[in-house]
Amino acid sequence: MDALYPSAAISMVEILERLGHRVLCPDSLVCCGQPAFNSGYWDQARAVAQPVLESLQEAEAIVIGSGSCGAMLKVFYPQLFDKTPQKEMACNVAARTWEFSSFLVDKLGVTDLGAAFPHRVTFHDGCHGLRELGLKQPPRTLLRSVRGLELLEMKEAETCCGFGGAFSAKFPMISSAMGDVKCHSALETGAEYMVSNDSSCLMHLQGLLSRQGKSLKTMHLAEVLNCVKKN
Amino acid sequence: MSFASEFMDRARVVASNLRHRQIIRTALGNYEMARDRRKATYQDWQGARQLAAETKWEAINHLDHYLLDFSNRLEARGTKVHWASNASQARDIILSIVQQKQARSVIKSKAMTAEEIHLNEALEKAGLKVVESDLGELIVQLRRETPYHIVFPSMHLTREEISALFEKELGSAPTLDPEELTMIARRVLRGKYLTADIGITGGNFAVAETGMVSITENEGNARLTAALPKTMITLLGIEKIIPRLDDLALFLPMLATMGAGQALTGYNTLYGGPRQPGELDGPEEWHVVLLDNHRTELLADGEQRDALHCIRCGACLNVCPIFRNVGGHTYGTTYSGPIGSVITPHLRGLQDWKHLSGASSLCGACTETCPVKIDLHHHLLQNRRNAAQERPDNLEEAAFGVFGWFTRRPAAWKTVRSILQKIQPLTRRFQKKPWHPAKPWTQTRDLPVLPSESFRDWWKNRPKTSKHD
Ligand code: SF4
Repeated sequence: MDALYPSAAISMVEILERLGHRVLCPDSLVCCGQPAFNSGYWDQARAVAQPVLESLQEAEAIVIGSGSCGAMLKVFYPQLFDKTPQKEMACNVAARTWEFSSFLVDKLGVTDLGAAFPHRVTFHDGCHGLRELGLKQPPRTLLRSVRGLELLEMKEAETCCGFGGAFSAKFPMISSAMGDVKCHSALETGAEYMVSNDSSCLMHLQGLLSRQGKSLKTMHLAEVLNCVKKN
Repeated sequence: MSFASEFMDRARVVASNLRHRQIIRTALGNYEMARDRRKATYQDWQGARQLAAETKWEAINHLDHYLLDFSNRLEARGTKVHWASNASQARDIILSIVQQKQARSVIKSKAMTAEEIHLNEALEKAGLKVVESDLGELIVQLRRETPYHIVFPSMHLTREEISALFEKELGSAPTLDPEELTMIARRVLRGKYLTADIGITGGNFAVAETGMVSITENEGNARLTAALPKTMITLLGIEKIIPRLDDLALFLPMLATMGAGQALTGYNTLYGGPRQPGELDGPEEWHVVLLDNHRTELLADGEQRDALHCIRCGACLNVCPIFRNVGGHTYGTTYSGPIGSVITPHLRGLQDWKHLSGASSLCGACTETCPVKIDLHHHLLQNRRNAAQERPDNLEEAAFGVFGWFTRRPAAWKTVRSILQKIQPLTRRFQKKPWHPAKPWTQTRDLPVLPSESFRDWWKNRPKTSKHD
């Protein structure tokens, strides 16, 4: 999100600040370590995750704009650091970690951010957000209160888009076939935008859509929610 | 060629085959509707799953005890029980029974364990004629293929293809009527039941309490396979155990619901022994072969032991986007889909079969659907970890090391980003070229655009107000 999708991260900061929170973003937060973890290289994953753990000790809440990285901290850090001296730290961080939409809806009880986005939108459930964190409703609750937004559910909303991190490069033919199924389903709805709370899925889907010359655009949930009149 | 590269080659072909995608989609679309209708009739589906998982947990964690109960009770009614540690022992046991009976022909009902030990090849090599009596199995047998799916062996074929196959192999008239196709197979099979010397079946549940084998089927072929030949052989994986007869009240509807979207499968039969004195039918001899074949190794793995809960309903295959796009034959294994990817490394070697655990986006649809709550996608993750620990891939390990080095040095990270950003016009311009360094990505997908300002740049440069540090 830092390098490729700054506008999603900026939107998150602006939304949280508008709600009166103080946002910190330590330099040491680079990557959660999921790529190495998912490939089975847990030692290397711990080396990446360790500075992340350390720099998150102060925060009251850790808010992540990706269901996938969110699941890494919330679900997998305690496993990754199991039987290490950092176990407690990891559990502690996990307990304070929130995916962005869930933080707004479940923790803060905010459902309407005053945004307006007069477009037809379909929502893609990132698998980690959906199944590891159980976040079916929060993003939809937020989208429903956006002025002018028409939410169109696609048939394959819960089907994996096929990104899967290193999987997308190791098994590109399977990954692309899965992405095609997803894009086809999104296109069927007639939506103008495919929105998700996971940038990595969107990078893969946008890559397929633009290669195929489709006009359907992808957008991060935070960017939609940040479409407010600014003074 | 390694199993992994064979998998890759087949996956490449099938994943881009739109006809295949459509056939599977249609077949599974019908299944999904039926399954959901059945699931909706449960008062508490999640509660049923929990109970099923606990029951199987109990069975598997006391397998030693339940297996002995099962075998003692079977033997008490005159059944001969055989224990096979591995596939070759199981084949030898069955071959020696067959030879002792001087059998010439065998009729079989559907049994994935028989596929697992390559029983048909062994019997044929010994000069026997083997006929599959399940319609789907007969179809793949006539095509000299392995089953495409553990529940629907011929789901990859259209009616046209089946009709053409029957025309060629059985000399029947072409028809697209499923009933008629079934009747053709039935006519051919009828004679075979009467002439077969031996009937071989699998089993769905082994009831420890009563020493009975429960067999579920829709065509009635397993009943005939069991009842007509003089000798019956049943091959069972040792994980088929359930503790009590009552447990079937949960498992039979559950298997039918998740397997085929049925309330209950057409025929559910309990076999308790060979023909008893005074009984009119049934085989004169019944042999039950209990197969380990590395299942006890899985049992010893505390993390993945629950993979032995599997009731082979096939539901995880049906929801798996990998399975749906690469198809059953691509796996090159007896058990395909998520459960196959989890257990094959245990059954046939981690290093040879670890690629199946890699070939997953870890979406978790399998775990969500599994009626006995096997933690399937996390087991794939554990297989990856175990494989990398046992024999790391040097290149991959080094790459993650370098990546980690960069993540701990934000300044270096920033430099890399700005270089990539500067050469972006080039990397994007040539992204359709076959020599592009990011080819695995760029062959089908455009590269994402790297904006000139990163989030960090924005964060550092934005006007300081009282809100920020
Ligand atoms: S793992 Fe679960 S869903 Fe898959 S076949 Fe076995 S019981 Fe069915």
